Amino acid sequence: MSASRASRFNQRSLAPVLFLAPAVLFFLFYVIFPIFQSIQISLYDWDGLGPKTYVGVDNYVELMDDEAFYTSLKNNVIWLVLYMLAIPAGLFIALFLNQTVFGMRLYKSLFFFPFVISQVVVGLVFTWFYDPSYGLLNVILGWFGMGPIAILGDETWVTYGIIFAGLWPQTAYCMILYITGLNAVDPEQIEAGRLDNAKGWKMLWYIILPQLKPATFIALVVTVIGALRSFDLVSIMTAGGPWGSSRVLAYYMYEKAFSEYGFRMGYGAAIAVVLFLIMMIYITFFLVKMYRDEKGL
Amino acid sequence: MVTKFRTTIAALAASTILATSAFAGELVINTDTSDPAPKAAFEQLIADFEAANPDITVKWNLFDHEGYKTSIRNFLTADAPDLANWYAGNRMLPYVNAGLFEDVSDVWEENGLNESLASAAGSMTIDGKKWGVPYTYYQWGVYYRKDIFEANGIEVPTNWDEFKAAGATLTEAGVTPITIGTKYLWTAGGVFDYLNLRTNGYDFHMALTKGEVEWTDPRVVDTMNNWKELIDAGFFLENHSSYSWQEALAPMVADDAAMYIMGNFAVAPLREAGLTDDQLGFFQFPVINPDVPLAEEAPTDTLHIPANASNKEDARKFLAFLATADVQTKINETLGQLPIHKDATVGDDKFLQAGYAMLSSTDGGIAQFFDRDAPAEMAKVGMEGFQEFMVKPDRLDAILARLEKTRQRVYK
Repeated sequence: MSASRASRFNQRSLAPVLFLAPAVLFFLFYVIFPIFQSIQISLYDWDGLGPKTYVGVDNYVELMDDEAFYTSLKNNVIWLVLYMLAIPAGLFIALFLNQTVFGMRLYKSLFFFPFVISQVVVGLVFTWFYDPSYGLLNVILGWFGMGPIAILGDETWVTYGIIFAGLWPQTAYCMILYITGLNAVDPEQIEAGRLDNAKGWKMLWYIILPQLKPATFIALVVTVIGALRSFDLVSIMTAGGPWGSSRVLAYYMYEKAFSEYGFRMGYGAAIAVVLFLIMMIYITFFLVKMYRDEKGL
Repeated sequence: MVTKFRTTIAALAASTILATSAFAGELVINTDTSDPAPKAAFEQLIADFEAANPDITVKWNLFDHEGYKTSIRNFLTADAPDLANWYAGNRMLPYVNAGLFEDVSDVWEENGLNESLASAAGSMTIDGKKWGVPYTYYQWGVYYRKDIFEANGIEVPTNWDEFKAAGATLTEAGVTPITIGTKYLWTAGGVFDYLNLRTNGYDFHMALTKGEVEWTDPRVVDTMNNWKELIDAGFFLENHSSYSWQEALAPMVADDAAMYIMGNFAVAPLREAGLTDDQLGFFQFPVINPDVPLAEEAPTDTLHIPANASNKEDARKFLAFLATADVQTKINETLGQLPIHKDATVGDDKFLQAGYAMLSSTDGGIAQFFDRDAPAEMAKVGMEGFQEFMVKPDRLDAILARLEKTRQRVYK
């Protein structure tokens, strides 16, 4: 009698703990613990090999006076703003593809293709596309008597050039989210809208979009994350150049901490902490929204 | 904290790199010689060493050239091989300071290397001790299209005015005088080094890269003004900040550019691209200030024993073997570079012979390279500044001020 009650107790209270344990441990060791470790390292001057010297907030003071840091910060903001274009662009491609035409599955997969290939490949393709002497872009510009523009070699264009390359796969990602969302749109509501004489933009804005709210939310989340961790494209296409004008915070942190000319772990960690704080603003917004939705507020 | 970091690295190294655990009679060598010629040279070197020392087996771990620069930090601390290749000068300073390289002054003493490798002794010495053995170096200078020069009636320039005049003739003929790709920055460092060596000389170059001179010093400004003359005259390839050094070879092969300020490793790809020795030539960077003795750049590649190596005895044998005249002759013939040993024979190649003739008569001094003589962080900010200057020469003052700010922080 008492034995079976004990085993039921175990099942009820022990099993969830056991099942959660691996995930919790991994989360603690790979996410939570490194956050505090980074904050700690950012207070030291350390090359990764020799002894660490405690320097207090010196790294942050230096960061405040570092031109390259502000360039990176500015670029991060440009990324965040322009990357949002992927959401409406993805929506319109999804609407366009939401028809019943022969071979539509093929078209859909072709539109989704850029998201499947690696960011490195995307970066290389666009580097060639922008090449000032042989690139397709400048060949096309040449037809109109313009150019050549060295997009990736020009400090005013370079960040936009990289963002444009990044939008290609990101749009595909948002598109697939919306295509799934469109499947769940209630036909009866559309019918009701038609009866009330809604069509075109009004239909989209008042009937379709409200029903796509969950898809929009996810698209926003993945796009913001994609913009903030925009590292691979910068690394492949320009390595932060020309003269550091296409750096973003993630890349600058890598340069300072791990690249050939870097190995200032403390300074790199300080940049990481700043990036973390920026993400924190957004994560807080995200958590509050989730909490409200669950409470039904 | 440090130990915790090291264990993590150890685990990482064990799983991702290569297991380098050695047992007696086994010699583990890590190198970054992944390009075809260096790879062949090391294969041959190791085979010869094993033939000469049958009781030693060599285990050779070949790394990707770029990846090596970061992995060396990990394996030197966590899972050290018995030998690893690296570079001379300031580039090895962090590892010497961190106590990760073994003092090999005894190898130099016992084998008379102080005499036979005398030319590179200076760049291998830190705190009066030798930290490795150099096995190859190569010259920098101007590689040019002989046929284009001849077609435009240009003689090889030996001084600054002739150089500028040659450029003007080429520009008029629709040929870009100098091709360059500065996407990865260091090529701009080479141009700066030569302009600076010719304007202010070797001692100034060393003082500047050691952080003893302010970047806003009028002598630096002189160098930059000489550079500006070339930039304003349209000497350099347009849009160079978009190209790597390999991509910048294309205009030279396609008859669109006539010169390249480069190291001798540019010869191989130019030949592969179809240029014959009749079309391709080499000359020493012309004199700018006649009062300054001519100094050259010749980066040296070296082999070191990590302090944590397990088989240091055999590693010393290998270094002694590598330092002999015959071995250096053979390895450099495959590498297409110059041996350090004074009795070694230089390969029968016109560029090697030209480089050898130039370097052995150099009385001004031999520099390594901007990013080998200057500490890493200064080098990065400096070369970024050079790249910016080449596109926006008007920003000179702002660039030099930025470099000076970095200098004050890096060398404190």
